[in-house]
Amino acid sequence: MTWSRRSISSPSHADARLAGVLSAAAGLAAAILVLIVLFLLRESWPVLEKVEWLRYLTDAAWHPSEGLFGLAPMLGATLASSAGALLLAGSLGVASALFCRFYAPSSIARQYRRLLALLAGIPSVVFGFWGLTELVPLIARWQPPGTSLLAAILILTLMILPTVALTADAALAAVPEGYLQGAAALGLSRSGTILGVALPAAKGGIVSGLLLAAGRALGEIMAVLMVAGNVVQTPHGLFDPVRTLTANIALEMAYATGEHRAALFVSGLVLTGLVMLLAGLALRQGGTRSHV
Amino acid sequence: MTQAFDRHILFLPQTNGDAYTLGPLQSGPPCCVPEPLIRVKDLSVHYGDHPALEHVTLDIYKGCITALIGPSGCGKTSFLCALNRLTDLISGCRVEGGIRIGIQDVLDPRLDVPALRREVGMIFQKPNPFSLSIRRNIEMPLKEHGMRKRAELDETVERVLIDVGLWAEVKDRLDRSALALSGGQQQRLCIARALALEPAVLLMDEPCSALDPLSSGVVEDLIGRLRGRYTVVIVTHNLAQARRIANYAAFFWLHERVGTLIEFGQCRQIFEAPAHGLTAAYVNGAKG
Amino acid sequence: MSEAASLAVSRDRTLDRLMGLAVYASALLVAGTFLWLLGDLLWHGAGRLSWSFLVSVPTNAGRAGGIGPILVSTLLILGVAVAAAVPLGLATAVLLAEFLERRSLFGRFVGLSLDVLAGVPSIVFGLFGNAFFCIFLGLGFSILSGGLTLACMALPILIRTAEASLRAVPDDWRLGCAALGLSRAAALRHVLLPAASSGLMAGLMLGIGRAMAETAALIFTSGYVDRMPSSLLDSGRALSLHIYDLSMNVAGGDANAYASALVLIGLLILINGTSLWLAERWLNQRILTL
Repeated sequence: MTWSRRSISSPSHADARLAGVLSAAAGLAAAILVLIVLFLLRESWPVLEKVEWLRYLTDAAWHPSEGLFGLAPMLGATLASSAGALLLAGSLGVASALFCRFYAPSSIARQYRRLLALLAGIPSVVFGFWGLTELVPLIARWQPPGTSLLAAILILTLMILPTVALTADAALAAVPEGYLQGAAALGLSRSGTILGVALPAAKGGIVSGLLLAAGRALGEIMAVLMVAGNVVQTPHGLFDPVRTLTANIALEMAYATGEHRAALFVSGLVLTGLVMLLAGLALRQGGTRSHV
Repeated sequence: MTQAFDRHILFLPQTNGDAYTLGPLQSGPPCCVPEPLIRVKDLSVHYGDHPALEHVTLDIYKGCITALIGPSGCGKTSFLCALNRLTDLISGCRVEGGIRIGIQDVLDPRLDVPALRREVGMIFQKPNPFSLSIRRNIEMPLKEHGMRKRAELDETVERVLIDVGLWAEVKDRLDRSALALSGGQQQRLCIARALALEPAVLLMDEPCSALDPLSSGVVEDLIGRLRGRYTVVIVTHNLAQARRIANYAAFFWLHERVGTLIEFGQCRQIFEAPAHGLTAAYVNGAKG
Repeated sequence: MSEAASLAVSRDRTLDRLMGLAVYASALLVAGTFLWLLGDLLWHGAGRLSWSFLVSVPTNAGRAGGIGPILVSTLLILGVAVAAAVPLGLATAVLLAEFLERRSLFGRFVGLSLDVLAGVPSIVFGLFGNAFFCIFLGLGFSILSGGLTLACMALPILIRTAEASLRAVPDDWRLGCAALGLSRAAALRHVLLPAASSGLMAGLMLGIGRAMAETAALIFTSGYVDRMPSSLLDSGRALSLHIYDLSMNVAGGDANAYASALVLIGLLILINGTSLWLAERWLNQRILTL
């Protein structure tokens, strides 16, 4: 039951004043998003009105101080690292969830879940730091210089894996017991049950978890900043050092002025748009249930 | 500009001289002045488009216990909620018609509703003591309504707990959580909490139905003892209970999925010589 | 068994075995990597941890000495973030849960705005914080700017959990309060907010945890200075930033970086553990009142 609007107007002065104060606070909270968009637009305006959209993709290089705004290599790096991480984390994450639900005895499953929850809380800077001190030298031994797209993909995988695994785990837990019992009654093997019944039923939740993880991967900055190598180039191989959009903003903001700074804000806008698109898709997915 | 609620119209002289007890249990026929306190005229309650109750006209008599009987879903609870404007809190609920308590128009939009609800208390089906100590459950509403002196508060707490028969059971643990009490004790605490505000009317929505038979009997006893000092309107499914404690009975029924009042009169008359065929069938267990 | 059926059975068995292998291998790989990470941090960092490390000043650009002023800065930034986010967040949550109908336009606008805010990447908060707090409001690189930026980031999760905690309080009490003629303000103060308190605290802990792990938003708002801050308008370095600086900009800073990382993780475990414990208490309280 909610307090209907009529009772807000009933003469209890304390309540009327309270409602007023609360509304002001809520308005302020809601205004933050508006402020963010406003300021992003304001700061990026000098470049936004000068440079047409296509140039961001077709310009030869990224030298904003010289009037070149080619975001393509960094966009490519962002997409490549996120896609690679999503692939790896998706498969390993779903496999982990299957492990917890169908293969492991419950005590081990509980510890495993706790480990995943612990790792979900580790800050990105620590992941980046560990990547820099352990992963990068390992990769360097195989193929110098070590800081590369591969390192970025691996670190991102580690970071989004807990999200994917835990949401997949929750989605599998929501599969009605009846489905699984029915499958057993039909004599389906464990793999058959999983592939034919459990995964399709949990599909919605798993996909929404993947979308959330993708959003996180795209927006990730510290870890990739530390291990990806920071050379602005389109990656041609796994071992090329690259720079993502996010890392670019972080690195150049410190000294960028004028148009350069505005261009960075533009790339911030692009990033926000991408992430919000994914979040929107995830919300929509989360609302649908899959029928087997 | 709010209309203050005039208490004096509602103030009832105590029939017993003793301030601390409600007097012995009195059974059956009217013992009180048959003077209408609440006049309901052509009351209708709508939830959105759907009417729950239509065209109900009846009088609630001062100092008497009026039972609202009838099957589930015929608007008895809606009727009750309209009397203390609890319907304001239900989104989409619309109340039409007239309700007068004394000279006050309850449905007047300028009415000071918190003052109304102090005069017209309500007990719910499921006991809902707050997650506070027993003492604070009673004291908190008193403090909010302006009572400040410690001596006064203590005296009121003791008085109402004695009135509901809980004092002996809880006097040593007034500062323990109210949620640790049994169901029957919790319901009696809720009644005590309502009595502490010295209302003129008590609305009770099936107060015993969530309790075990023993607790139910204790609470029923208590309700009977409220007669004369308070005006009680009680919704009940238990016909035997209505027969035992009520002075007046109002029989509701569903007519084309809308609740309506079929018959109203003195309890004895409704049960022994009902005027309407439907009433006769219901009280004799043949229908509903 | 017919030929086709026995083929099917043996194919099933192979698939079963393969799948089992894949799943176990994945789980081992994942667990192994994470344990490697944690073990590595402990191995390299535990040696440096000591009380003096926690209180002394960083020397030699952080290669030696401790993290005293940095812990102070971190706590100050968190303090500012909490002081700004909690009143605003609680007020919004109370409005959404107690005063507005679900269908109300204002309520849906606020809800949508907060949902979108939750998805904004942290670097964008850093940009916004820089443009708005540091430059537009003239606060410069300071603990205040950093804290306020973090408050914006923590707000959506705070409001979401606070709203859920309030909605979970049974309606019986709201009706009971109304029937006693109590104002909604009184109901909130005496009954509803105390009942929701564990859930509210759990949400607060979650918000703090998120804020503590933040680095990108702080780079452009609270600055890099590793001295002890003398006021909120002073620049201060947060713990996460310190780890970043030591590993990227200071050669030989790894040893202290490991130790700092351990401190950060330790604090986060403490916070998350408290929030979990509080959430469980809140859950149990609900069961008691049913």
